Amino acid sequence: MTRTDRSWLVWILLGALLFAGAALWLGPVALALVVWLALWGLNTVVAGRGGARFLAPVLFGVTLLILWELTVRLLEVPTVILPAPSQIAQAFAANTPTLWADFVQTVLKGALTGWLIGCAAGIATAVLVARSDFLRRGLLPVGNFMAALPIVGTAPILVMWFGFGWESKAAVVVVMVFFPVLVNTVAGLADTQAMQRDLMRTYGASPVQTLRYLALPSALPFVFNGLKIATTLALIGAIVAEFFGSPTVGMGFRISTEVGRLNLPMVWASITVAALAGSLSYGLIALLEARLTFWHPSQRARR
Amino acid sequence: MTDITAPGAAIGRTPLLFRIAHAAGPILAVVAGLIAFWYLACIPMNAAQSALEAERAGAELTTTAADRRTMSGLAVAFEHPTEAVAHAFVQERPRLPAPHQVMVELWDTTVGQDPTSRRSLVFHAGITLGPTLLGFAIGSGLGILLAIGIVHSRVMDLSVMPWAIASQTIPILAIAPMIIVVLNSVGVQGLIPKAIISAYLSFFPVTVGMVKGLRAPSQSDLDLMRTWNASALRTLVSLRLPSSLPYLFASLKIAIAAALVGAIIGELPTGAVRGLGARLLAGSYYGQTVQIWSALFGAAIVAAGLVALVTGIERLTLRRMGLAR
Repeated sequence: MTRTDRSWLVWILLGALLFAGAALWLGPVALALVVWLALWGLNTVVAGRGGARFLAPVLFGVTLLILWELTVRLLEVPTVILPAPSQIAQAFAANTPTLWADFVQTVLKGALTGWLIGCAAGIATAVLVARSDFLRRGLLPVGNFMAALPIVGTAPILVMWFGFGWESKAAVVVVMVFFPVLVNTVAGLADTQAMQRDLMRTYGASPVQTLRYLALPSALPFVFNGLKIATTLALIGAIVAEFFGSPTVGMGFRISTEVGRLNLPMVWASITVAALAGSLSYGLIALLEARLTFWHPSQRARR
Repeated sequence: MTDITAPGAAIGRTPLLFRIAHAAGPILAVVAGLIAFWYLACIPMNAAQSALEAERAGAELTTTAADRRTMSGLAVAFEHPTEAVAHAFVQERPRLPAPHQVMVELWDTTVGQDPTSRRSLVFHAGITLGPTLLGFAIGSGLGILLAIGIVHSRVMDLSVMPWAIASQTIPILAIAPMIIVVLNSVGVQGLIPKAIISAYLSFFPVTVGMVKGLRAPSQSDLDLMRTWNASALRTLVSLRLPSSLPYLFASLKIAIAAALVGAIIGELPTGAVRGLGARLLAGSYYGQTVQIWSALFGAAIVAAGLVALVTGIERLTLRRMGLAR
């Protein structure tokens, strides 16, 4: 940014003028466009300054929200198609207890239980398999293949087996999460250099010690990669499984029934909860990754 | 591990057949193990039904149907081992169909049927393939454009990239039904809504892969372009795009598999009667487990075929560009 400090003020003034002009003379579409341009200009200015790493994305998000609200109000989009953010916020505030119950049922009981079991099973299997080169060469392609399959499709089968409760959702999550975690962990455990393994041998380290001090730490970046994929998959699995049968509580149940009643603000409130849960759990894993694999180049580069 | 030879030293001399066996052997062993486990699992899973069928056939059992309802499948299988094994693999509606039952159903519904008939799985796969490919094309096109924008503009990098990542933590697949129903209520039907979901799912891997790929050229290569006074467009076309291709293909493989998942999920909510997802749904409504499993395997085969197709194009392209390994 080569501009002087005062120039951004001019931009904002210009934007405000254009905004007023557009509101008076042009249709709502042009108004939305002008708002977009003005906020984008502001973002350009912000991106050139300190603290942009946090401010720029926030500003972009706010821009989207304002545009959404503007478009819905000015174009008078029916609520059935797309509710405004303010309507969604109202629905969210009015139905907090319901949304909380859904959250507990789907995320805490279904997704979290399944995620824990699936990830533990995936990592444990990987540790067992990694000892044998033969099994590893056989399991990696098969696991990669399975990870690419539409495993969500097993949801109707598992709902048939485990009933409508949260257990079947946890089962779906286990199946979905298992292969990505397995494949990533196996790949990670193999990611040690011959020199490092030789060093462990000269120390007279037992296989367990080699695993504890060499293979597991160097596998961590890969494991976290798998865990991150797993968090998103877990939520998807738990919600989609509810479409095939569920008690009268749960986020998937809420979304499908409220869509049926065309109560779209409530649907979007549920989606907001899902998005928050997804982003938060992803953030938690990323935070844990930064703490545990601070030595890895991908983490160091950020500082 | 204990070989004295240097890695790769013998590759030139190894016969082709031996190399194939070396690569395929472990895979076949693992697949065989999985199938064996599947057959074993069928016995306790289907035990209750097996015992019932044995009773109907006139066998005297020590337990009644009411007893068995309170027992687990494993317990029933141990109580009546012969009946459980004899009837486990031939049931009409098993809880877990045996692999050969699924294969027979798969064969009957693909080769045994006219591909244009509704009973044919090929027909349903074709219905699902349409939105998959359309969504894949839209999604990867958008992904590439977005990546080019992100690489060239610091503002976009800072403000859009975090949201592109955050958008993936939203369980989009879970709101797919809503998109379908809402678009349906506005009158948009058929291919487009499913393609939108496929596009959304496939755009992200492509964006991330392409951003990485477009930034792959080394600083000295970029400097060289600058000494030639190359414009940003020229650098993009002559340097960045060619060197991003390996990254692009890696992410295209993920994207096309994701697009198929999107198209299948997209078929669920409208009560569609055609497509692989519709077969899954119909199978789960009527308890036709064999049909569900065959639809699942059909989807798996389609996914494998699509990924293989992308891999083939990748090999061809990279070889012609001299980038092949």
